[in-house]
Amino acid sequence: MSWEESALTITVFLPMVGAAIIAMVPSEREEYARTIALIVSAIAFALSLIVLAGYDFGARGLQFELNTPWLSVINANYHVAIDGISLPLFVLSYLLTFLCSIYAFSHLEDPGKPRAFLALMLVLQTGMAGTFIAFDLVLFFIFWELVLVPMYFMIGIWGGPNRQYAAIKFFLYTLFGSVFMLVAFLAIFFSLPGAERTFDIVQLTQLAMEGEFDRQFQILAFLGIFLGFAIKVPMWPFHTWLPDAHTEAPTIGSVLLAGILLKMGTYGFVRIALPILPDGAVAFAPIIAVLSVIAILYGALCCLAQRDLKRLIAFSSVGHMGFVMLGISTLTPIGINAAIFGMVAHGIITGMLFFVAGSVKERYHTREIAEIGGGMFQVMPRMGGIFAFVAIASLGLPGLAGFWGEILALLAAFSPAESLQPYLGLYRTLMVFGAVGTVLTAGYFLWMMQRVMMGQAPERWKDASLEDVSPLELGAWMPLLLMTFALGILPVLVTGVTDIDVTRIMQVFG
Amino acid sequence: MSDVTTVDLFALAPELAVLAGALLVLLVELFLPADSKRRVNAIGVISVLVALGFVIALATDGQARASFGNMFVVDNYALLFKAFFLSVALFVLFMSYRYFSEFRTYQGEYYFLLLSAFLGMMLMASARDLVMIFIALELVSVPGFVMAGLRKFDLRSNEGAMKFFLIGVLSVAVLLYGLSIVYGYTGTTDLVGVAEALRGMDEPFLNASILFVIVGFGFKISAVPFHFWAPDTYEGAPVPVTAFLSVASKAAGFAGLLQVCFVAFEPVAHVWALPLGVIAIVTMTVGNLTALQQTNIVRLLAYSSIGHAGYMLVPFAVVRAGETELNRTAFAAVLLYLLAYGIMNSAAFAAVVAVTRGDPTRLIADYAGLGRRAPGMATVLTLAFLSLGGIPLLVGFWAKFFVFRAAVVAGTTFAIVLASAVVINSVIAMFYYLKVLRIMWMDEPVTDEHLRPGFALNLAALGLTVLTVGAFFAFDLFARAADISTLVVAATGG
Repeated sequence: MSWEESALTITVFLPMVGAAIIAMVPSEREEYARTIALIVSAIAFALSLIVLAGYDFGARGLQFELNTPWLSVINANYHVAIDGISLPLFVLSYLLTFLCSIYAFSHLEDPGKPRAFLALMLVLQTGMAGTFIAFDLVLFFIFWELVLVPMYFMIGIWGGPNRQYAAIKFFLYTLFGSVFMLVAFLAIFFSLPGAERTFDIVQLTQLAMEGEFDRQFQILAFLGIFLGFAIKVPMWPFHTWLPDAHTEAPTIGSVLLAGILLKMGTYGFVRIALPILPDGAVAFAPIIAVLSVIAILYGALCCLAQRDLKRLIAFSSVGHMGFVMLGISTLTPIGINAAIFGMVAHGIITGMLFFVAGSVKERYHTREIAEIGGGMFQVMPRMGGIFAFVAIASLGLPGLAGFWGEILALLAAFSPAESLQPYLGLYRTLMVFGAVGTVLTAGYFLWMMQRVMMGQAPERWKDASLEDVSPLELGAWMPLLLMTFALGILPVLVTGVTDIDVTRIMQVFG
Repeated sequence: MSDVTTVDLFALAPELAVLAGALLVLLVELFLPADSKRRVNAIGVISVLVALGFVIALATDGQARASFGNMFVVDNYALLFKAFFLSVALFVLFMSYRYFSEFRTYQGEYYFLLLSAFLGMMLMASARDLVMIFIALELVSVPGFVMAGLRKFDLRSNEGAMKFFLIGVLSVAVLLYGLSIVYGYTGTTDLVGVAEALRGMDEPFLNASILFVIVGFGFKISAVPFHFWAPDTYEGAPVPVTAFLSVASKAAGFAGLLQVCFVAFEPVAHVWALPLGVIAIVTMTVGNLTALQQTNIVRLLAYSSIGHAGYMLVPFAVVRAGETELNRTAFAAVLLYLLAYGIMNSAAFAAVVAVTRGDPTRLIADYAGLGRRAPGMATVLTLAFLSLGGIPLLVGFWAKFFVFRAAVVAGTTFAIVLASAVVINSVIAMFYYLKVLRIMWMDEPVTDEHLRPGFALNLAALGLTVLTVGAFFAFDLFARAADISTLVVAATGG
């Protein structure tokens, strides 16, 4: 087997091997777990960069492909590959895990236990990365489900005061959607005539383009798949698990949850739901668009009401995912490019936000905005500066990464796909509401900055001599800060990668 | 009419080995001093291993054999189930080794009953005749009645055994009544012969008697509303016996039900498929919802296995007369679920035996902090529960997958309703599995007591855990084995 074929498999399963190694570390030497995790995630990140370097940016279609029979009885193959849509998210997941393992050196919540925590984190990494490279529905589903258990334990053991509730709600809600998704996958499989039956995403996309699935069936199947992905994104009104999960999760858990796990849902729409069920997509697109804009506005309004810093950032995720889904619902190449860009940008920015929130919590020992009381610029100028930078990036200031996801999504909403022409008026109205949403987004972030960072700091914080950003933290955050800036000035860094394959997939929509 | 007295000794070799083991155990135990009586366990293990050897020899031998005039058949289905039952017997024996020596009870008698029950299960797998199925069913049930009551000093054990016995005998009577009426209508007890005779028949009384037969089996597999004995019997019985009841005894019931429904009653599937579907939905729902309330780990596992019986009944509900492809898919689904369920449930019970050995209370609260006290056993139980919930990388995922597959292939509205019921119940089930996991890993330990599982139990737990994970990756083997073991054959003309 050549490097071409095995690269993805090695990169995806290396963290799991690392987790097994960490599990064997004796409890007296538990501190070694952090070093091992750092080394493993660094190697994995390096491998993902090698894949990135070896990727041919001018070529259409799948690269690093491996397609071997696995469970021949049900015609499920082990089919992994990478293309322009998967690549940014794939590399991002490794970057975030690597940075998390650096951060874990000094920031692990009660009850500590780095061995267990880092092993779970690495298993989570395998699940996340695997979803982005799986090209067989069964394989995709297995990686999809794989992330549930580690995240459940991460939230449930290392989380905040309400962690039990948050963890079980996250697990059951997501499981519910994903099992319906499995039934829909099976329905797609069995709707094909015997000889053609396959779980392979590439073949199914081809069959869909040839018009193999009839419209009625597509709508039903899309409903099942929609449920699974919509809960993960999360779309309004399936978002209720998110605020609790994000708030109660430990910092690293929140970073990975917001940074990558949410993207699995939107990626699923782009990779599976839209190409395999195009007529279903066209039927549901207006509904998705409406729900997305509701999410944008609802998320923003909820943020305005929040008193808890982490919960505010959690609701901001709901809003940002609204923009991503709005882009997807337009069924145009611009929209999908906007969506993927928005996914990457959100992963970087909100990952960064949760890192900062975690560090702030650790110093102030509270997440309440009122408790913090303001004046972070006085007490911890560098922390305040970084926090302000990331908050501004998140609200979509032009020149920083967050801007392009929002503007391109709104632009796409102005001219949705040919097949959505009857809904042109609806989309343009939604575009206006979405733009209003950006104002509200700016509003809550600026107000949060004012309450947290500006003004006079309360006496007790001035006297507490809080430690500013440590070198370790700065080391962990610097790549993300640089990327926020770079993507803002050079959006082609992402769109150049995604555009070719997005155009290829969106051909079916005309 | 084939000669009922023909005996093919090689075909019967596994059964004879187990029988010899059972009798030897009874004999040898008489001569052993009181504190070494548990050594007879070794005789049991050896006889099971010898029987397994014979099963492998029969498998490699290749030819289908028949004995007792086609009442007793050795084909792929029989061999697969025999191998399965003997493996479970091995695990139950390992689990019982120290457990039974630690309280005052009969040991030789216990091992004799256990081996007799497994003998009955092996007969069930080979039975292709209604009478033979009945005999096998009795042989599985009766030792169970006694074994459930072996904790003589414990009132709950007595109560459980009594309930088991009374309900069991009643169900068997109903079963026999149904079988006799079927015989009256068809004139034969041979499964294939019954199928031939039933083709085209639609007598109301016959249909009712078919349902009686289903009821008889329903008790054995603890389907609702025939499940009332299960929680009390499981709770009162010694834990290895509970493991035996929930895995092996249930599998034997399913083995019999598979033969009866997919071969004998296949032409009249429209009579029993819908009732079984309704029973499936009710069973899984009642099982899972009641499990949510449990505070006793063994009762929780009892209701959980009732829920799993519900999942296993779903493929029965999609069977349609004459549709070979569909029936094969459904058959494979039940078979694979049974194999996977056997592995994961045994793993769960191995861990429970280790933790609750000697301690009669078995409250879930006692498992608090097990992750710190005994991380090995806690991991075994974690993997077992996650597998029972259907999480990938564990064999339980494929089990659920194949059940979904059977439901989706059928494609009818009722099949989709069944699939949705399985979905919802999987989520409900995950709730109480996660509750136990949470208590084990996230709560403070209530006691400092260290577990001393002993070599045999450790071996069993390790083996089962390896299987739970390994079977996921090697599931193609299982699926292929299920494929060649199917009893569903294409309908020949006329």
